[in-house]
Amino acid sequence: MTLTIEARGLTKRFGKKTALDGLSLEVESGQVVAVLGPNGAGKTTFVRSVSTLIRPEEGELKVCGYDVRREAESVRRVIGLAGQYAAVDQALSGRENLVLVARLFGQSAKQAKANAEAVLELFGLVEAADRLVRTYSGGMRRKLDLGASLVSQPRLLILDEPTTGLDPRSRLDLWDAIEALVERGTDVLLTTQYLDEADRLARNIVIIDQGRTVASGTPAELKRRIGGKILEVHVRDRAHIPLVAQALTREGVAAPEIDEATRRISVGADDGAAQWLIDGLTAVRDSGAVLADIAVREPSLDEVFLALTGQKTSSAESVGTATLETA
Amino acid sequence: MTTLTPTIRTGRAGIVTGTGLLAKRTTVTFLRRPELVVLSLVQMSAIMLTFRFIFGGAIGTAHGLPYVDFSVPGFITAGVLFQTLGTAIGIAEDMEQGFIDRLRSMPFSTAAMLTGRVVADTGILAIVLAVTTAVGFAVGFRLQASVLGGLEAFGLCLVFGLAFSWLFIAVGLLAGNVKAAQGVSMIVFIVTFASSAYVPTQTMPGWLRAFAENQPVTAMANAVRSLTLGSHSQAFLGHGPGYFVIRSLFWAGGILVAFSVISVAKFRRAAG
Repeated sequence: MTLTIEARGLTKRFGKKTALDGLSLEVESGQVVAVLGPNGAGKTTFVRSVSTLIRPEEGELKVCGYDVRREAESVRRVIGLAGQYAAVDQALSGRENLVLVARLFGQSAKQAKANAEAVLELFGLVEAADRLVRTYSGGMRRKLDLGASLVSQPRLLILDEPTTGLDPRSRLDLWDAIEALVERGTDVLLTTQYLDEADRLARNIVIIDQGRTVASGTPAELKRRIGGKILEVHVRDRAHIPLVAQALTREGVAAPEIDEATRRISVGADDGAAQWLIDGLTAVRDSGAVLADIAVREPSLDEVFLALTGQKTSSAESVGTATLETA
Repeated sequence: MTTLTPTIRTGRAGIVTGTGLLAKRTTVTFLRRPELVVLSLVQMSAIMLTFRFIFGGAIGTAHGLPYVDFSVPGFITAGVLFQTLGTAIGIAEDMEQGFIDRLRSMPFSTAAMLTGRVVADTGILAIVLAVTTAVGFAVGFRLQASVLGGLEAFGLCLVFGLAFSWLFIAVGLLAGNVKAAQGVSMIVFIVTFASSAYVPTQTMPGWLRAFAENQPVTAMANAVRSLTLGSHSQAFLGHGPGYFVIRSLFWAGGILVAFSVISVAKFRRAAG
């Protein structure tokens, strides 16, 4: 079976900066894959390589079985790209934009019109179809951009930070649109700095950092990599944080994480450490702290990310805020 | 759930279709931005009116050639540069907004992206030049040579425009963003002022005159003059139309070849 993406030892330098440093990854067909990494990790460089926009200097990269360097033209026939910026023409209407892209893909005027119409319906843009794009909201532009990458019915849809810079409402909207595509069976390669986005949309996550693959797997597999369970204690009074932290330090396998702002103390345990959990709970009870809540939960992807790359993601700092930096 | 109509997996538009589609897109985009249309038309007319009525009286020309007859061909020639400068800004805008990336990720002739732009911009140039010419006649310019000469001059301007479109495509691709591309407009001012477009070069200091007399804008302005003013201008310019037309065609050809090669090469590699 042909892999959708097959990368081996990809290297790309820009002057002295190494953007990709021997990156390898495989994506099977029928999957939504999220490439996750902090700013500057090489996400955009990787996506631009897959889209044939830049040529990696070393290594091998195949998309749907075609080599991006020797068979770029064939790769371009099977991909659709929606970038960080809404690459739609502001002075054209939504419909005109879609028809233009479809016609450039060699479709007849009639075909192009029909496909444009279908995309407009799919994204709920029918009413706005004949308005100039400059009157659209940011979210509508992104949707149209996403739609433009679909009129050619690509086998692989490449989305480079599709929701960066959108307000929370528009993000949810765009997520729904992407999920609808996935249901239709389009393979999707997605880059994002938001873990919740990866968690929600992707069945597989590849974490890259400094131009290399750090880890990959399903969200559940990745979470298991940093231990099975997290014990999280939420205290009522900020003054009680040290009490709980001390109690857990005595019992825990690792130093507890303290979040002053939300008055939460969390600590990870090895998988299946039932006895440890009981000891931990007992220690918390005996500490005398007044609890607001206590929970045993799965680790979040934020914690996985932090453990694997030593960096917090932007979603860990502030969910859904606009970051316009490019990786 | 809506499904896309089943189509045969799409191929690509050929270079002719692609050029046509993108030329149409560039033209429509231009016409829907009234600020650009107005800027193009008003800018040229304003410069022409300023020189004709404010500076014109103070600028002396020799051999009984009225300044209005001397200057209108120069304004029209300079207008070619000011108008095609828009090509650089348009290309930079497309790069900045990711439109060029989208096209480059499509199975699509790279040349069509650029030829489409050149065709559209040359068409827009023809309209702007027609208006500029009309303003020229309105302020008192009169053809001294045949109507055919006038048409030849107009055609020659479009050839310059074609050549300069390629130059400004290269500028736009190299600049990569709108602000940098706009910075180039200063150079256009310098190149048009240090030429025979607005004033005779005879009064310039030696070094400037040497530059002015050997740069394309002067060759082109003088070619347009000699085609529209006929023998009237020959005494003043020192040469007949043939001399200037051939010189300016050489310039146009050189610019066209050099910058189309640079543009296509840069476009292929693009912002990698």
